[in-house]
Amino acid sequence: MSRLSAATRHRVAFTLNGRPVSLEAEPRLLATDALRHGLGATGTHVGCEHGVCGACTIQIDGAPARACLTLAVQLEGRDVRTVEGLSPAADRLSVMQAAFRRHHALQCGFCTAGILISLDAFLREQPHPTEDELREVVGGHLCRCTGYTPIIRAALDAAAQLRDAPSLPEPAHV
Amino acid sequence: MKPSAFDYIRAGDLSEALDALARHGSDARIIAGGQSLLPMLNMRLAKPAVLIDVMGIPGLDKVRREGDAIVVPAGVRQAALMRRPDLSTKQPLLAAALPWLGHYQTRARGTVCGSAAHADPSAEIPLCLVALDGEIRLRSRKASRTVKAGDFFAGMMVTDKGDDELIEAVVFPAARPGTGHAFKEVARRHGDFAIVGCAAVVTADAIHLAVAGVADKPERRSFPLLDGSALSDALNAFAWDLDARDDFHATARLRRDLVRSLGRETIAEALSCRA
Amino acid sequence: MRPETITWTGQSVERVEDAALLTGRGRFIDDLGVRPGTLHAAILRSPHAHADILSIDAATAAAMPGVAAIVTGRDLARLTTPMVAGLKVAVENWPMAVERVRYVGEPVAIVVAQDRYLAEDALDAIEIEYEPRPCVVDPLASLGADAPVLHDKAGANLVSDRFFRYGEPEAAFAEAAHRIEVSIAYPRNTGSPMETFGVVADYDPHEDAYEILANFQGPFSIHAVMARCLKVPGNRLRLRMPPDSGGSFGVKQGVAPYAVLIGVAARLAGAPVKWIEDRLEHLSAAVAATNRVTTLKAAVTSEGRITALDWDQVEDCGAYPRAPEPATLYRMHGNMTGAYDIRNLAIRNRVVLTNKAPTGLVRGFGGPQVYYALERLMQRIAVALGLDPLAVIRANLIQRGQFPYRTASGALYDSGDYAKAIDLAVADGRLAELERRRNEARAAGRRYGIGFAATVEPSVSNMGYITTVLTAAERQKAGPKNGAQATATVSLDPVGSVSVHVASVPQGQGHRTVLAQVVADVFGLPREAISVVVDLDTGKDAWSIASGNYSSRFAAAVAGTAHLAATRLRDKLAAIAASQFDVAPAQIGFAGGAVFAAGDATKTLPFGRIAALSHWSPALLPDGVDQAIRETAFWTPPELSAPTEDDQVNSSLCHGFIFDMAGVEVDVDTGKVRIDRYVTMHDCGRVLHPGMVEGQIRGGFAQALGATFYEELAYADDGAFLTGTFADYLLPTATETPDIAILHIETPSPFTPLGAKGVGEGNCMSTPVCLANAVADALGVAELDLPLTPARVAALVAAPEPARPASERGRAALLGAAKPGDRTLRGEGQAKVAAPPEAIWAMLLDAEQLASIIPGCHGVRKLSETHFKADVTLGVGPVKGRYKAEIRLSDLDEPKAATLTGSVSGALGTGSGSGRVILSAGEGGLTVISYSYEAAVGGKVAAIGGRLLDGAAKAIIGQFFAALARKAAPASARTGFFARLLGRRG
Repeated sequence: MSRLSAATRHRVAFTLNGRPVSLEAEPRLLATDALRHGLGATGTHVGCEHGVCGACTIQIDGAPARACLTLAVQLEGRDVRTVEGLSPAADRLSVMQAAFRRHHALQCGFCTAGILISLDAFLREQPHPTEDELREVVGGHLCRCTGYTPIIRAALDAAAQLRDAPSLPEPAHV
Repeated sequence: MKPSAFDYIRAGDLSEALDALARHGSDARIIAGGQSLLPMLNMRLAKPAVLIDVMGIPGLDKVRREGDAIVVPAGVRQAALMRRPDLSTKQPLLAAALPWLGHYQTRARGTVCGSAAHADPSAEIPLCLVALDGEIRLRSRKASRTVKAGDFFAGMMVTDKGDDELIEAVVFPAARPGTGHAFKEVARRHGDFAIVGCAAVVTADAIHLAVAGVADKPERRSFPLLDGSALSDALNAFAWDLDARDDFHATARLRRDLVRSLGRETIAEALSCRA
Repeated sequence: MRPETITWTGQSVERVEDAALLTGRGRFIDDLGVRPGTLHAAILRSPHAHADILSIDAATAAAMPGVAAIVTGRDLARLTTPMVAGLKVAVENWPMAVERVRYVGEPVAIVVAQDRYLAEDALDAIEIEYEPRPCVVDPLASLGADAPVLHDKAGANLVSDRFFRYGEPEAAFAEAAHRIEVSIAYPRNTGSPMETFGVVADYDPHEDAYEILANFQGPFSIHAVMARCLKVPGNRLRLRMPPDSGGSFGVKQGVAPYAVLIGVAARLAGAPVKWIEDRLEHLSAAVAATNRVTTLKAAVTSEGRITALDWDQVEDCGAYPRAPEPATLYRMHGNMTGAYDIRNLAIRNRVVLTNKAPTGLVRGFGGPQVYYALERLMQRIAVALGLDPLAVIRANLIQRGQFPYRTASGALYDSGDYAKAIDLAVADGRLAELERRRNEARAAGRRYGIGFAATVEPSVSNMGYITTVLTAAERQKAGPKNGAQATATVSLDPVGSVSVHVASVPQGQGHRTVLAQVVADVFGLPREAISVVVDLDTGKDAWSIASGNYSSRFAAAVAGTAHLAATRLRDKLAAIAASQFDVAPAQIGFAGGAVFAAGDATKTLPFGRIAALSHWSPALLPDGVDQAIRETAFWTPPELSAPTEDDQVNSSLCHGFIFDMAGVEVDVDTGKVRIDRYVTMHDCGRVLHPGMVEGQIRGGFAQALGATFYEELAYADDGAFLTGTFADYLLPTATETPDIAILHIETPSPFTPLGAKGVGEGNCMSTPVCLANAVADALGVAELDLPLTPARVAALVAAPEPARPASERGRAALLGAAKPGDRTLRGEGQAKVAAPPEAIWAMLLDAEQLASIIPGCHGVRKLSETHFKADVTLGVGPVKGRYKAEIRLSDLDEPKAATLTGSVSGALGTGSGSGRVILSAGEGGLTVISYSYEAAVGGKVAAIGGRLLDGAAKAIIGQFFAALARKAAPASARTGFFARLLGRRG
């Protein structure tokens, strides 16, 4: 049993987008704050801090998770993926990211990271999604700008591309 | 919106968790998936002194069969139960209800037992437990006991669980041949807490209807195989008996109406899919 | 010079903004680094709708770890003056409560600490003593003579009452064949951007200067309000905006009072202070659209031609008429006749204050409230006269030949062809098919309806329209206000690359992309060659009061102004090139990255050579060209003049047109509405980027869908705020938002440089009423108010309810009936206790005995024989909090009856209740304890745990009476009935 006292900070180590990272965290530190302000991974956004809006969705061991409903100490030893880890290289976009840009599936971009993370996880489970399935997955996120339809179109488009050519060369230029 | 300070105990096995519970009692909360607890921590509705994380306890994340029953231990996430390929045959009610539980993202983290412990009166898992006459296995350092779902849920977020107990597992009896199951729910939006949720289990000689979202806890009534106006009368009595309340999302009247109409549709569907 | 070649403008190019946003490299305010030593603020907010602040005890909080400063209203009042409002009334607009709180969620204290966690810890330790006052939340009730007055100096809650009369409305009504009216109570909702407010403030005591970073969106007329409030000249308030902002929909205008508050906090803490609003704060206190009660009457001929309209609008601005209010009420003033040619018009506009959060800019800004009434009226006219709703709309439209069209109240509609737009929508939107589907559905016994809405979407607000609230004499005294200054700067660097800067402060609308397109076309460059910066720094960038991102002004005004600046610079470059090539400037062309003289292939140079010349070789500049390095253009349309003496106002420069139609099917069992098809036809003038225009329409539609079915910022009658989380304030998600059909026609605006009009807000105006009209058609009902929740829709057509079975009726009598909006928890019950009444009586008056009865009690202090104070821990399930409780006994009738009145207050909120306890001697030495109680709960727990609350209050009240019974006679058995009724709500 390990007991982490409230009053002190404790070292938490995990893998973030393939790289080992660690930070000092009080038990109550939220994963959102740890990632954003502790590790500088500010791509994961905070919209409600009660698990509804989905802006802070990350992947823990490949499964989607609301980072605002996760304690930093719960990340110990886990494999964490955030939006910063979705593109194949710093100057490239993933197939899904490129589809989002093509379909105008974002406006302010605040909610986008969480949606990309959810879709990434879901398409691994279900490479042949229907529109209804995608609407349900995206239904776990709030977007106030787009009216969602462009997001669904982008996701359908990206899913088709990934199916047709899983090793498709990534769009060349950001 | 940040939690108050708490100690965090990562339990390595069940006895560590039970020892901690015994020591801290009502000052401690179990954290599993965290999908109900963390919002309350963030809003400071709950300020426990100690959190006991049970997700590292070996073996708690495996669903198992005991005879006919499906036993779901404390570490099983809702998505994991939902993904079981035999769910639609072994327990069709759960298979029908789980997709209505929150969202893809929250099901990936939230646990089945956590939902039972939270005891939201609109929630799907407590409803299914009550509808199926399932059981909750409670364990403290001193003792283990099993409680029928109908006795476990006591009110809005209130259960029979003692401060020193944790839910070790919940038990769903498997579907019997010749039994029909159906689940229906009306919510403001998909994934919201139900205004009314109905779960029906129809056997050769009885209708069991459980309703969530109306009373302070899921409630079940059993009738003989009624139909027509006799069924209407039974549903009407059930609807009134639940003492529906007005709240911001729906009126008591709509809730009673839905017990009558959605209840009837749910029963009809359960009848039609009786194997 | 040759006309520019349009290569980019009008194309749906991919946005330059997107790659960074998609890869997590956006720079939103909370993504930016801050100076080392920056402190973090958390704000304590009022749990009461209306109460005097008797005392604030922050000593414990101030001594807590990491706490640097605590700021109260008194500190604020010492360093600032109230914010100026648009109304001339004696209301002090403080950004934080000074002596009295007037809405739930109003700031009362700020903790500044090393981090947000520690700051929130200290919030819980601040003790405030309030004396609650009666409150009013209903705008009509607030007009009543006996209504509690929010601002004593104002004397009443009615803070503006204006009558307007255009044409001969009385005569038109007197002559009318029909007089038809609608009454509407439009609810409160909000834009709810996904990013909340954020402020980072610093103060320089030597220069007496504030530097504030905030995700403010303008209008920058509010900069003047903030500077004046902070008691510094405008040049001592340097306001900066981050590069990215996570949506606004008008709402981020409302960060202004927090810029002031955090500025003051930084000044008092002696360090930079950062504050990021949380979602609970945002929903309870950021910015709401106004709720409005409207009665609209029409004088109508038998053919459905409207000859006059008579508006009576009661606008609810919440607790403070915060600038720029009452702008929501006046933004539509010029277009109160909508798309219709109606010359006779009467308007009464009243502004009232209530104990709710202050209102402000929200997408649609006044349009939803106006068009809901106007287009419901059109549908009602059709039903009343037995006409086709579309025929009534068509009969009243302004005709193509009438543009530019001056409305009765003074708007100058720039362009349009409304009849053609409707004809196209009917054809391409396949109305005939919708009608067929309606026929089929109805034949099958289903409820299907079709709705229409025709709306005029104003954009580019006249900065003077708000002054219409003043009388002509008051306006004259204050000096005329008008115009809408837009500004843009285009500059060339020493290698000739082009940069653009505008004061448009976007929140995701893709301004950088569109500006690159527009400016690239001017210079004949690839769009990638243009760099655009849109973050604004009032300390060094060009801006004016109309700067910012509101009233859909970007495409019409800002993009046009950038075009103007670029064109000026290009004309100078043409003069330079002409002198280099020794040709006339008119021969110079810009294309393909080159500058050339037409007709002579040898006379061509790379664009950069000519563009850099002013830096490197100023001596070569021809006569008449000072420099070609930087051009800052300001543009204000002459059409936006001040209101006239007879109150005519051209409230907006551009007037787009929308025609929507919808087919819906209503499930009368569940009250849910399924949208079968939604068609929206837009005329927004020239389209600069079709993809973005579509994005604006879809986004506006989704927001309107929320307003129609899901969203309401709800208050209970006692002022408790009920929708403080995203579990109660429901935004539509992907599973609720259908795809829609979008159609366009283009009638370019003659008043804007590029012919574009605004497009971002229109569906917030047209969609709610179009859907409501469809539901009204499906159900055959006349009255329906938003939001159309399942319960409300089902109730419209509900048959009489099956009766409560006889076996249940006995219990029913015990459960009181609550009226709508009344959140009082009621219950009653009784118990038989094996003790004499005198013994029970003695317990109620004994501090120690009470201590053991009151749930979670940590000790009772007796202040008098009938007045007790206690510290209690109350909770249900995991929800627990520590409260201060006060208990009074009154109406004593020893030993038979007493009234217990109690109140609790703590970090989670407040509760109060009273119960009458009657003791009567029963048989066999038993006492029958009968009680009835009422209780109400407010504050944070009401706002975020509405569902939980009923259960919690029930359980706690139940625990008290259970303990009373147990204490009085430990062995006595309570009746099962008693147990069931504990805390039961009526």
